[in-house]
This record gives sequence, C-alpha cells and structure tokens, in this order.
Amino acid sequence: MAAGVAAWLPFARAAAIGWMPVANCPMPLAPADKSKRQDELIVLNVSGRRFQTWRTTLERYPDTLLGSTEKEFFFNEDTKEYFFDRDPEVFRCVLNFYRTGKLHYPRYECISAYDDELAFYGILPEIIGDCCYEEYKDRKRENAERLMDDNDSENNQESMPSLSFRQTMWRAFENPHTSTLALVFYYVTGFFIAVSVITNVVETVPCGTVPGSKELPCGERYSVAFFCLDTACVMIFTVEYLLRLFAAPSRYRFIRSVMSIIDVVAIMPYYIGLVMTNNEDVSGAFVTLRVFRVFRIFKFSRHSQGLRILGYTLKSCASELGFLLFSLTMAIIIFATVMFYAEKGSSASKFTSIPASFWYTIVTMTTLGYGDMVPKTIAGKIFGSICSLSGVLVIALPVPVIVSNFSRIYHQNQRADKRRAQKKARLARIRVAKTGSSNAYLHSKRNGLLTEALELMGTPEEEHMGKTTSLIESQHHHLLHCLEKTTNHEFIDEQMFEQNCMESSMQNYPSTRSPSLSSHPGLTTTCCSRRSKKTTHLPNSNLPATRLRSMQELSTIHIQGSEQPSLTTRPLPTTSNESQGIQGKTKVKCHK
Amino acid sequence: MDSVEDELEMATVRHRPEALELLEAQSKFTKKELQILYRGFKNECPSGVVNEETFKEIYSQFFPQGDSTTYAHFLFNAFDTDHNGAVSFEDFIKGLSILLRGTVQEKLNWAFNLYDINKDGYITKEEMLDIMKAIYDMMGKCTYPVLKEDAPRQHVETFFQKMDKNKDGVVTIDEFIESCQKDENIMRSMQLFENVI
Repeated sequence: MAAGVAAWLPFARAAAIGWMPVANCPMPLAPADKSKRQDELIVLNVSGRRFQTWRTTLERYPDTLLGSTEKEFFFNEDTKEYFFDRDPEVFRCVLNFYRTGKLHYPRYECISAYDDELAFYGILPEIIGDCCYEEYKDRKRENAERLMDDNDSENNQESMPSLSFRQTMWRAFENPHTSTLALVFYYVTGFFIAVSVITNVVETVPCGTVPGSKELPCGERYSVAFFCLDTACVMIFTVEYLLRLFAAPSRYRFIRSVMSIIDVVAIMPYYIGLVMTNNEDVSGAFVTLRVFRVFRIFKFSRHSQGLRILGYTLKSCASELGFLLFSLTMAIIIFATVMFYAEKGSSASKFTSIPASFWYTIVTMTTLGYGDMVPKTIAGKIFGSICSLSGVLVIALPVPVIVSNFSRIYHQNQRADKRRAQKKARLARIRVAKTGSSNAYLHSKRNGLLTEALELMGTPEEEHMGKTTSLIESQHHHLLHCLEKTTNHEFIDEQMFEQNCMESSMQNYPSTRSPSLSSHPGLTTTCCSRRSKKTTHLPNSNLPATRLRSMQELSTIHIQGSEQPSLTTRPLPTTSNESQGIQGKTKVKCHK
Repeated sequence: MDSVEDELEMATVRHRPEALELLEAQSKFTKKELQILYRGFKNECPSGVVNEETFKEIYSQFFPQGDSTTYAHFLFNAFDTDHNGAVSFEDFIKGLSILLRGTVQEKLNWAFNLYDINKDGYITKEEMLDIMKAIYDMMGKCTYPVLKEDAPRQHVETFFQKMDKNKDGVVTIDEFIESCQKDENIMRSMQLFENVI
C-alpha cells in the first residue's frame, strides 16, 4: 500500500459503516490496537546529520529496515537515537520515500553506491518513481555494460568448454576479439574483400598495348591471372559463407538476413559465369552480371561499425528521404514541362521531349550545370533561372532538416523501444504488487482463522500473530473481511478461482451450496460452519481422465498438472509472505 | 474551455481549513486526533481539497481485486455535503465525526443518506440496486462462491423484505431506522469502528 494512503485507512474503515445495514452476517471483530502509543518523533543520526520523523511515517513500510524492528539494532541508548554509519545524501532520498511514497534517483549519485544504500535499507529499486526510473535504468545498464566489457577483456584467455563447437564458431564470427583464430579469420576475409574489389577495379584499366592490336584493359591482357585471383577470392567467400551457415544458431533467420544476401549476391556471378561460358546470347547478360561483384564492398560493413550505423539510420529515415524524393520529382516534372514548351519554338533545340528535359532540370536544380543542354529562347532562359533558384531551395532546405532528423529519430527509436520494454516490465510489476497485496490478505486470512479460533478458545495467541503483520495491514485485512461478510462471498486467488470454475462446470455445482441469503437464527454458526465446509470441499484428485479431456475442450483454462492441493493448505502465493506462511504453518502444527 | 478554466481554478485554490479550536468544537475529535487526521489529509491532497478522481484513486488502493470506482462515487457524494464537487477537510471531519463518534441514530442517518442517491428522502429499489452492484463490484471476479449475475438483485430483495414495512416499494428514513434498531447484528456492527482513530 502506498505511503500516504495508509493515512486514509481510518477513513476507509469508517466508510465501511455504509455496508453494515446491508449485510446479513455479523462482522468480524476489529483487530485490537494494543499498542496505543502516541505518535512520537524519532531521531535518525546518519553520519552526524540528524533527521527527524514520526514513528508512523517509518512504519508505513514494514518490510524495510527502518520500518521494522531491524532498526533497533542501530539504537544508541546513550543518545536515544538511531545511528547509521552511512551516506547522509542518499539517506535523504530514502527518507523522502517514506514521507511521500515515491523513491527518486538523484542524478549526481553513482549508481552502484545508490544500489548499495538501497540494499542496506531493504528497499527494492523497482519502486523508483516514473520520473527517475528511466535515468536509473539507463545508468544501470551503462554500468553493467562497462563491467561486462571489463570482464570480457579479463576473461579473454579463458576457454569455455561448456559452449559447443558450433557456438564457439558463431561467437568467433560475430565477435572477432574473442580469440586469436577469430581475429586471423577476420583480417583474412577483410584482406580478400579488399583484393577482390581492387581486382575488379584494376581489371578495367587500360594496360598498355600489345604490339599489333589496340589498347587492352588489364583484365583481358592478363586474363588468366585475374581469373585465378577471382577464383581464390570466391573460394574464400564461399567457405566463409558455408561456415557461417553451419554455425548460425537459427539458419533460417541467417539466410534471410541482409549480410547473407549480400554474400550470396557477391559470389553468384562467378558460379553463373562458370556454368554458362559458351552460350553467345547470354554472355551479354553475363557481362552485366559482373556488376554485382561490386557488392563485395558491402561485405566490409561486417568489419565497420560505422557503415552499419549509416545503413540503419538511412533505413530509419526512409520516410524523410521519400518525401524529399517526392517533392524533387514534382519539381522536376513541373520545370521539365515548362522548359519543353518554352523551348518548343526554337530551332535545333535539344529539348526534344519532356523526358529529355528531365536531364536539364535535374542538372540545373542540383546546381551542376553541365551545359550540354541550354535554353535559347528568352522564355526558356527566364524559366531556366527560376528553375535553378528554386533548385537551391528545394534541395538545400530539407537536407539539414533530414540530417537533424537522423539523429533525433535514431535516438527516439532507441528510446521508444526502451520505454516499451520498460512499460511491459512496469505493468508486470504493478500486477505482481496488486496480486501481492491481495495474496497477503488471503494469506493472513488463513492465519487469521487460527487467531479467531484460538481467541474463541481463550488462548491469547494474538500477540504472536500480531507481530507477523503490522497493525495497518491487519486493519486493512479486517476491512476486506467486512466486505466479504457484507456480500457473503469470499476473496480467493486466481488459481483457486479457475479450479473452482472448472470443477463447478464439471460437477454441475449444486445450487444448495450457494449461500442462502435468508437470515438464519444462529448466523454465527452458519457463517463459521460454511467456512469449515469450504476447507473440506476441494476438487477430488481421482477424476476420470476422460472428463478432464472433455473439460479441456469446454474451457480454455490451463489445467495445472496433476497435483491437487491438499485439504488444509493452499498454494502459497508470494515469496515475501513465505516467512509469514512458514511461521503460520508451524503454529498450526504446535497448537493442533 | 470550461474544464481548462476549472482546472486552473482548482490548481490555484489552496483551501485552508477552519482553525483547530473551531473544528474541535464542531466535531467530536480531540485536538491530537485532528492533527493526525489533517497531516494524512494534507499529505495526499496538498491543495486542501479532494476531488472525485483523487478520491476514487485513494479508495481503489484498498480494494485491489475489484472495481471500487462506483462505490467511491457514492461515498464521495455522501461526504460532499455542500455538493460543490470537492471534499474539503471540514467535510471530511464532519463525515468522520458522525461515523466514528456519532450516536447510532446519526450513523444510521448517514447510511440512509448514502443509499438515497438522489437525496429525496426515499430509497427506491433502483437506488438500492445501484448501491448493491457497486458493493459487489468491489469484490472483483475471483470470489468463492462464484458471483452470479443476480446476486445483487437477490440481496436487494432481502433488504427490502426486511426494511420496507408497509411494502410500498420505498424505504423511508423512519422505516430504515426502526428496522435497523430491531436487528441485533446491525446494531452490533455499527459499534465496530469506534476505536479507529
């Protein structure tokens, strides 16, 4: 329960009087407030700085150091104050958590120092408020990565026999710094990529003349040498691709990835060339296929982080680029049309058609101005100048916007993903907290049953019981208990509910079992006996298997295994209540 | 546009309650109790008044399994005696004073006021059904035995059987008080929260 809300508990309990005339059962007794202590100020001395607060403020969170009796260990009898030999700066945040219910993370603090302090005071960092949670998580992740990097460089020489051969190979491919072999492989492939690219380039350079024929490019002069080089590179690339395919944890995903497509496209032309050497018609197409060899240069992106980031940012700015392209196309079409009609009149005009004018428009708008096409008429020149002026605007304006969008969108994408993941985690935590509090109630109800039974017998055991749950919690549970009595229904946890649903539809839950609402003379006995009846009425463990199977068709509720809860215990809900549960259960054993 | 202005107004309003002595005279609480209550109140609502949204939020924290917004709405109307859409500390204390320190008569009066949604002096079956549904909503879905659709209606029938003496379909304040005083359970449970503060 949140901090200040604990202060509203008296109000909620008082408002429960509104249920009284409606209820038909008598209400359970309120937990006695034995410790009628007046609210007192306590002094917390943290490394010399004194903080003062009310005792009840600290007791709002009984499962932390300051809220429980654990702080008694730090009580100094001589000065009548609690002394903590810890950092007073962080203590300020911790104390504000008790006061306001929100835990903040101060940005100037070191993240691990803060974590240590929280651990000391028994506060989970998950409850940091929304305002500071993102910052906290970011810093924590950064720190963890830094530590992990340090660890990695330390453990570089250690061998990990636990990983399979395939996994080690994949790790070596992805991260060349893991072993020397991986590093060697990395440099070798890099070298061969460079060789291949340079070969492709040099192939086309004119290499001097062979006596008796015209100038030949190097590729045709030393064709054997170049062929050998090409073969060697392609063999290396093929081997690399096959190795990566073998080592990939998910082959299907690997095949679909961009890098593997680039690999395939880079080596395909060679094999296709091997296959179809003689066919004359196709050799023309084959020549153009060699163009794809230039894709080998993209293989460098595995070797360069920067290339990868560039590719990613281009991808994420696709819409911006698309808009730029679209507006450019619009402008080009408009000006081309205008220039065409303007120059139609002049003789020997180069503007033979609108598509022919496209070239002029593009060259003019990008301020290149080759001069191979120039307007001759006056109208043409006027529109030509308008075209070049607007070209400057159309191109120069969006580009800075796009550039700034790059970084903004890049960071935003990353932050949005982070926030989405965090939101899921937050909702899960809130759900856990909610079920925690309701489970706490269900749990203490079981304990409370014993308390009441013992009270009826006259044994003053409640003092022991009272210590396991704080006064505020027991009052809250009493409130929930009153609501149960008012409506004649009880709270149960989800598992039991689903089991009951299942079993009720299986056994045609008899209506006689539903609590009758007419008043009975001996209401106390009916209510109590109904509760005891409930503990014995639990799903039988010897249901025929066929009925279970038919039930699976009827309901989509996941049937939880074959284990059935025993008669007197129910599955313990949360770990935080485990100690209480164990205490409760041992008490049962002793006093049965 | 109005809501924006309203919001601004509410944001700048800093309601200060009456002096401590005056409140002490008007309610049945001691000074110390009033101090404790005010501290809690001011902590949750620094502006000094509670509006319905905050009220619903606070109340729902106590009933995690169900939906307590409808009942909180009725409660809010019961506390907001001057119907200005906000519960100030004085309203709060007035209500609490009746509930925790009042006579049984006053408490029953307060309960009748809660059930009588349109404050016309009669509880009709529809009003009672709304209240009952709101109470049952707070239980949520996971109950034992499983909540049936007509459980609130049945409960209302029982209530009217008990309370409506002349069977005219409405319960007046006199019928209500008379019937409650005859029921021992109700009388006993009214005393339940005496020592809450």
